[in-house]
Amino acid sequence: MAIASDVDLVPGSGNKGIWSWITTVDHKRIGILYAVSAFVAFFVAGFEALLIRWQLATPNGTLLSADAYNQLFTMHGLTMLLIVVMPIGAAFMNYFIPLMIGARDVAFPRANAFSFWLFLMASLFLLSSFVLGGAPDGGWFGYAPLSTQLKEVVRMDYYAVGAQLLGVASIMSSANFIATIFTMRAPGMTLMRMPVFVWMSVVVTFLLIFSLPIFGVGLFQMFFDRNFDTQFFGGGGDPVLWQHLFWLFGHPEVYVLILPAMGIVSEILPVFSRKPLFGYPFVVFSGIAIGFMGFGVWAHHMFTSGLGPVAEAGFGMATMVIAVPTGVKIFNWIGTMWAGKVIFSVPMLFSIGFISMFVIGGLSGVTHAVVPSDYQQHDSYFVVAHFHYVLFGGGIFGYVAGVYYWFPKWTGRMLDRKLGLWHFWTMLIGFNLTFTPMHMLGLNGMARRTYRYDASTGWGFENMLATIGAFIIAASFLIFLWNLIKSRKHGSVAGNDPWDARTLEWSIPSPPPVHNFDEIPVVSQVDDFWHRKYATDEEGRAVRMDEVTGGALTVDKETGGDDHGGEHDDFHMPSPSYYPFVSAFGLVTMGYGFVYLPVGWVVVAFGGLITMWGLFGWSLEPVTKEPDHV
Amino acid sequence: MSSDGVAVEVVDHHDVKPIRKTAMWVFLGSESMFFGSMITTFLLYRNTVADGPGSEIFNIPFTSASSFILLMSSLTMVLAHNAFEHSDARATRIWLGATALLGTTFLAGQIFEFTEFVHEGLTLSTSSFGSAFYMLTGFHGAHVAIGVMMLMAMFFLSLDGRLYDKRGLNVELVALYWHFVDIVWIVIFTVIYLLQV
Repeated sequence: MAIASDVDLVPGSGNKGIWSWITTVDHKRIGILYAVSAFVAFFVAGFEALLIRWQLATPNGTLLSADAYNQLFTMHGLTMLLIVVMPIGAAFMNYFIPLMIGARDVAFPRANAFSFWLFLMASLFLLSSFVLGGAPDGGWFGYAPLSTQLKEVVRMDYYAVGAQLLGVASIMSSANFIATIFTMRAPGMTLMRMPVFVWMSVVVTFLLIFSLPIFGVGLFQMFFDRNFDTQFFGGGGDPVLWQHLFWLFGHPEVYVLILPAMGIVSEILPVFSRKPLFGYPFVVFSGIAIGFMGFGVWAHHMFTSGLGPVAEAGFGMATMVIAVPTGVKIFNWIGTMWAGKVIFSVPMLFSIGFISMFVIGGLSGVTHAVVPSDYQQHDSYFVVAHFHYVLFGGGIFGYVAGVYYWFPKWTGRMLDRKLGLWHFWTMLIGFNLTFTPMHMLGLNGMARRTYRYDASTGWGFENMLATIGAFIIAASFLIFLWNLIKSRKHGSVAGNDPWDARTLEWSIPSPPPVHNFDEIPVVSQVDDFWHRKYATDEEGRAVRMDEVTGGALTVDKETGGDDHGGEHDDFHMPSPSYYPFVSAFGLVTMGYGFVYLPVGWVVVAFGGLITMWGLFGWSLEPVTKEPDHV
Repeated sequence: MSSDGVAVEVVDHHDVKPIRKTAMWVFLGSESMFFGSMITTFLLYRNTVADGPGSEIFNIPFTSASSFILLMSSLTMVLAHNAFEHSDARATRIWLGATALLGTTFLAGQIFEFTEFVHEGLTLSTSSFGSAFYMLTGFHGAHVAIGVMMLMAMFFLSLDGRLYDKRGLNVELVALYWHFVDIVWIVIFTVIYLLQV
């Protein structure tokens, strides 16, 4: 079979245009779509945050009304969690899981495209609420009965329907990734030889698989309460039921947000410390432990709802225990850098930033495990400071590190180091300037979600600092944006393996060809690619092998090669399909109908027909069309 | 073949079967949390009947009969799967049809039961009990209905001779789903109808 040599190596460069993106089923292009969408949404969420900070900069701010403020803080949370951080995780997973495990695509390429389009359209659905009757204003946690009152206003219907649609997209892509990871690994790629990022993806996808349906039930109940007069949270019902259902999803969700970043950092630190990851099995198993325990700590969000001393003590202890595997990881990362030849590249700086900021956020988080202390901190700015240190100082630093690390693989070009340094330092300073004062504000009694405060409270100075910090963060991301735009065209050419890295994705060209691997690699150990480049001398030092120059991975012809191609040689790369787009469009159309019941039933029916069209077309079209049909 | 007509090597050298089965198991794992949450809600509101009727309106013999019908459909499903494994298209078709028929009978029983309950004053908005009852049994009924559609799709594929396509659904995956929906009903039947304190 003719391979690589005569195939265009840049995915999609042979078929440009919007239509090729709409119909793509290539996991790499879908990964890029996720990344770009998330990055745009990041600026939307950032703009929402800047409006909030501008309002709070001085006492008695006048920029926003209480109503606008409610919508903005709710949508800032929803946008950041569901439309920025989850999809940026999905972007890395889409692009790199198949590359890291030596596969040619994900298990279900069209379902993968469907997940993306449903995510994107549901995100636009949520954001469109701003101009269609008002955005959700009951907080991203949507507590009942606040969320189920005011039935004539559609805002929380957008929340109930939009989050449901995003959940469906996430469950589908999670099932897809699990099937990919457990059934499509390259020969020799046993579970305990997988890169840590893939392991963290396994944990994340299982968390989503088991937590999203719980949220789904809660959202259905909220929607029914609002539209069909059921009594789940109102009437004879108990509003605390919503809190349980929500946080049974909401707490695993925070691990969904942070674990991919932990995986990314676990990939970056060994590369730039010139050492293998310290205690690989410990990092993997502590990640799994976090996944399991993540389902046992949800009620620490609800200490003030009156659970009683036994439950509070139990959940308090569980919350302290879950800090242990997290701490194990921190020490593993420090152990990786310890005595290594640390290279302070931009991704490495962001990774170190991740570890330091995450430790601060983790420490303030453990204080919430102490129930009496939590009573004081609850709903104060101390909590806001805590979760921004974990999710921004942790999550965003980790993901940005990932972008600097893998941008060469995506585009074939390096990001500019000088701009990267500017980005890093402005972001680090701006971040700490924004969120450190919030600890003090919270301990001084400033409550979350208040749209203004009186000058007599004395909170003006810290708030002004936080606002200045927020604008510095915004500036840092403008530098990042400029770096991305500039380097994509004019960055220095990266080559296959610019960082002298350890995992399989660096063994193939940048950007990778459509079919990823000319020959599926055969793996014999952790960091297999590294060991193909380096041997060990008598004193245990790594010595670069002369015959391998960091170029294409050489496949051992005796063990690799054709024997696992076998009789299935007639499988081809899946053909593009527009049915995933159509199906997703139909579902979101139905979503708009559900918001505006009972008139909306017409729209629901219409959307249903489109969805049926999409699904039928999807089922009946062949996966791989013959060339003369394409 | 890639879109520019140049040969590309295999996409996928793995057997397709375990990939789809893995995804179905994962999906069913997700479904168990979905039903688990609704069962929990029902247990919470079991006695929150407000002024409306409570569990005394249940007709246990009737629902036992329809439950028996649903459980028997698992038997016919096993027979269909067995015939499928033995490449007996005719027997597969017969047992698929039988399973779909039993599933539809169960759904008819549920519709009859819902109508009765509404006449006796239990609606979605009567009480938290009513809300939780209709939500749980309603979503289960929707799952049975989707299962019947999948069975019918298999039935028509068998007429086409396309039962053994190496992609999409096959009888084994439908069987997994169908047995899951039946097992969930055993739990629901126990929790709602039999567990009356």
